[in-house]
Amino acid sequence: MTLNEVKVGEKATVVRLTGEGAVKRRIMDMGLTKGTAVAVVKVAPIGDPIELDVRGYSLSIRKDEAAMVEVRMKTFER
Amino acid sequence: MTTKIALAGNPNSGKTTLFNELTGSNQYVGNWPGVTVEEKNGTLKGSKDVIIQDLPGIYSLSPYSLEERVSRNFLVTEKPSAILNIVDGTNIERNLYLTTQLAELGVPMVVAVNMMDLVERAGDKIDFEKLGKWLNCRVVGISAQSGKGCHEAARLALDYAKERKRGETPHVFTGSVEHALAHIEESIQGKVPTESIRWYAIKIFERDREVIGKLDIGVGLMKHLEEHIRDCEKELEDDAESIITTQRYEFIQKLAQACVVKNKKREKSTKLSDKIDRIVTNRILAIPVFVVSLLAMYWLAVSDGGPGTVLTDWANDEFLGDGWFLPWTQHEYKSAPDVKDEDKPWFEGMDYETASGEFEPHGANVEKWREAYKAAYDEKHGEGKYAEALAAFNEEASEKAADGEAFEGSEFEVLDEQLARGVKAEVWLEDEETGEIRSGKVEVENAKISVAECECEEGSCGCAGCICSTKPEGEDCPCCDSELKWTCDYAMYQVSASFDEPDPSSGFGVWIPGVAALCGSFCEKVGIAEGTLAYALVNDGIVGGVCTVLGFIPVIAIVFLFLSFLEDCGYMARVAFIMDRLFRGFGLSGKSFIPMLVGKGCGVPAVMAARTIENKRDQRMTIILATFMPCGAKTVIIAMFTAIFFREWWSVAAMMDLAGIAIIVLGGIALKKTRAFAGEAAPFVMELPAYHMPTIKGIAIHTWERVKAYAIKAGVIIFPACVVLTLMMTFSWSFDVVEDLDDSILASIGNAIKWFFAPLGFGTWQGAAASVSAEIAKEQATATLAMVAGGEGSGAANILAMFKALDPANYKAAALSFMLFNLFIPPCLVAIAVTFREMGSKAWGWFAMAFQLFVGYVVALNAYQFGRLAISGAFGVWTAVAIIVDVFALWAIFRPAPKAKEAE
Repeated sequence: MTLNEVKVGEKATVVRLTGEGAVKRRIMDMGLTKGTAVAVVKVAPIGDPIELDVRGYSLSIRKDEAAMVEVRMKTFER
Repeated sequence: MTTKIALAGNPNSGKTTLFNELTGSNQYVGNWPGVTVEEKNGTLKGSKDVIIQDLPGIYSLSPYSLEERVSRNFLVTEKPSAILNIVDGTNIERNLYLTTQLAELGVPMVVAVNMMDLVERAGDKIDFEKLGKWLNCRVVGISAQSGKGCHEAARLALDYAKERKRGETPHVFTGSVEHALAHIEESIQGKVPTESIRWYAIKIFERDREVIGKLDIGVGLMKHLEEHIRDCEKELEDDAESIITTQRYEFIQKLAQACVVKNKKREKSTKLSDKIDRIVTNRILAIPVFVVSLLAMYWLAVSDGGPGTVLTDWANDEFLGDGWFLPWTQHEYKSAPDVKDEDKPWFEGMDYETASGEFEPHGANVEKWREAYKAAYDEKHGEGKYAEALAAFNEEASEKAADGEAFEGSEFEVLDEQLARGVKAEVWLEDEETGEIRSGKVEVENAKISVAECECEEGSCGCAGCICSTKPEGEDCPCCDSELKWTCDYAMYQVSASFDEPDPSSGFGVWIPGVAALCGSFCEKVGIAEGTLAYALVNDGIVGGVCTVLGFIPVIAIVFLFLSFLEDCGYMARVAFIMDRLFRGFGLSGKSFIPMLVGKGCGVPAVMAARTIENKRDQRMTIILATFMPCGAKTVIIAMFTAIFFREWWSVAAMMDLAGIAIIVLGGIALKKTRAFAGEAAPFVMELPAYHMPTIKGIAIHTWERVKAYAIKAGVIIFPACVVLTLMMTFSWSFDVVEDLDDSILASIGNAIKWFFAPLGFGTWQGAAASVSAEIAKEQATATLAMVAGGEGSGAANILAMFKALDPANYKAAALSFMLFNLFIPPCLVAIAVTFREMGSKAWGWFAMAFQLFVGYVVALNAYQFGRLAISGAFGVWTAVAIIVDVFALWAIFRPAPKAKEAE
């Protein structure tokens, strides 16, 4: 599944990033790399973008861009 | 020898605060990413030969965004003596990501972990020594806000720079990646500077075209290296760029585990930042919170009776006007001596201001009543008959009064002295619309007459402000159905108006003369006579022009104070978050909203802030739209016009901001549908910084800097402009001093172009001159208006009178139109110059100007034409034109998007 499908309040782990170029690099530069734990904190009033908790800070990213991030749900940790 | 120390770090990590601390300057600091757009230089406090360079905040040294490219080119090619890398201690993982890249450049580096006060308060611990060992460089803790450790860090960087002490590059990469990098290093040895060989190796591995293009490697070697990179990619099942990034973060993760001890308790409890965020970016509350905070700002700044207007009134009328009493020193500033007169017990004991102000609001009404009566009499009996009759009546009255007789039956009795006698009279009033003369009885009893005002808009029911009525409060106005609201005792009014103002400077307290009074007495002392050019320069230039602008400092200060708070606390990034979806609706990102918010303060940094937008197309569109946001200088126009024309509707001021946003949104939609701007929106990957309570010092500096800039502008730009305008107002083309303003150079220029403004409702030379001069600096519009309005009263009163004379029934529509026009046409010349520069081509610059002029004109046209239609039902050619243009605008906004051109 991809990060845009993760519901608010749920946690996931990044598996890999699809896409290429500037956007992909920017997402990685901001800390969303393979194996990173990420939580979806909230959704903006009009439904987009979303706010993530990654590496201890808040990152906002659009759903289109979140769709480039493949994730695995974190079931073993509460 | 000068030593250069570059400050590098993530956006919003406190670089600018540190820069200010180290150099003692007051650069602009905000709590959102990307505040610093251009690099700034300053010398280190205490040592003149050390230059500190504040680089734009960057997350990485990737080749994808402009600032990142600027920063890395600077670091690689200009080679500063040392890098002082600022790391946000509360967000160490992501911040160290850049550190690992900087460490590879081969420049001596010191890492300063900032915000240590917050880290300690959270209960976290960072082992600097261990961290230093991992990174192979010195690491120190600082707190830029309190200044703790800053200078020590700078000194350390200085030592490193002098010794050219470089640590080995940290061991970030592992396994086959390290192997490949080592191989690349080996084969490019001698072709790149030795100290930064690792950096070049990584760039080659990442296939960074910009860096590779500058190197002389040779096709053969490149092909060979490419094989190695491919092998590595195959092994790790990822592309080279991702491999490097992932390994960097993996390294940092390990490092953080070893060096940082997080407070476990803290982790679980919700941070205050999150609590605030839950409300501020709540799905339902977010937009109301945003609108309410805007309204709150304007309520404070420009509402009637709010702190902003109270202070501005004080500044205009007292501080810059006649003068004022030092607070708490005023005593016994009482009424005229005859207040103890037994006829006027009402006023006894009142001070002058209360007594004279008692019936003031109704003065205009009383005067109107008298005038209308006079005019109606002359109309009926012939020109000049009233004066004759009054004289005859006075004679008769005084005779009779001398005989002690009661006096009855004359129609003059309602006037002046006779009012107090108790009489009956008949009045005639001319109906403004039909020209029909109406008559009515006026009852005067017990030496008192009451003047009433009906609720209807002055004059709109054709009763000339209901001066016809003498009915008591609560009854209906005879000419319209509204209830009469106020009664004024005419005799009392007469007395009230007759009090002479006592000289405030003679013994009523500590009296401080105002600027206008000082200018007056200065002229008197130096011997500048009224009517000379020098007198005009001093009085029109300083008092009329500059003071009108300076008088709005309280309003500006409140707006700036509020914005500074919002910026410093971290709300701005949330606004971008909230607005992103909306902005994407017309193809821009929430990031475009930041230049627009910066534009609330000033258009110049706003246009420059658009640089953070990676996509050139979006940047251009943002620049065109950003200056529609009413800036600080435009706020003066808003404040002044609200204060003069729309006091009762202070929300007009907030409406102007919302109008700005609406224009940006609709303009954006329309532009996006043109060929030149069509295409996908730029990505929106943005940090949301943690909230923090801004320090009072920080906000004070921030506000003060902006207010100071505004005040300086009043002196450096507005004053000369006022002087030039005064000269143009004083002379005719043959350089003779003119008697009548209408013969002046300014008037002739204004007259030549006033046709352009006629459809907007202010097609006079004054309106034209004010609008054109506003291009010097927007607040000049108010200064010029005050100068050209002429008249006796304060600038504001004269402007009101001028607009009323323009179009008595629809003057508010004309005022609104004037305000909108000046808000939404191209910004001031400085901002225009920056727009041209940032657009990158003249053609684009002219396009921006044309678009802005068109929008400003259309908005003003709509305001006036439809305002007039609503108020007095007038429909003219230009109303039709307005409708046609609106249809065109709607088409431009709502037409289906044409096929997008391929992205550049």
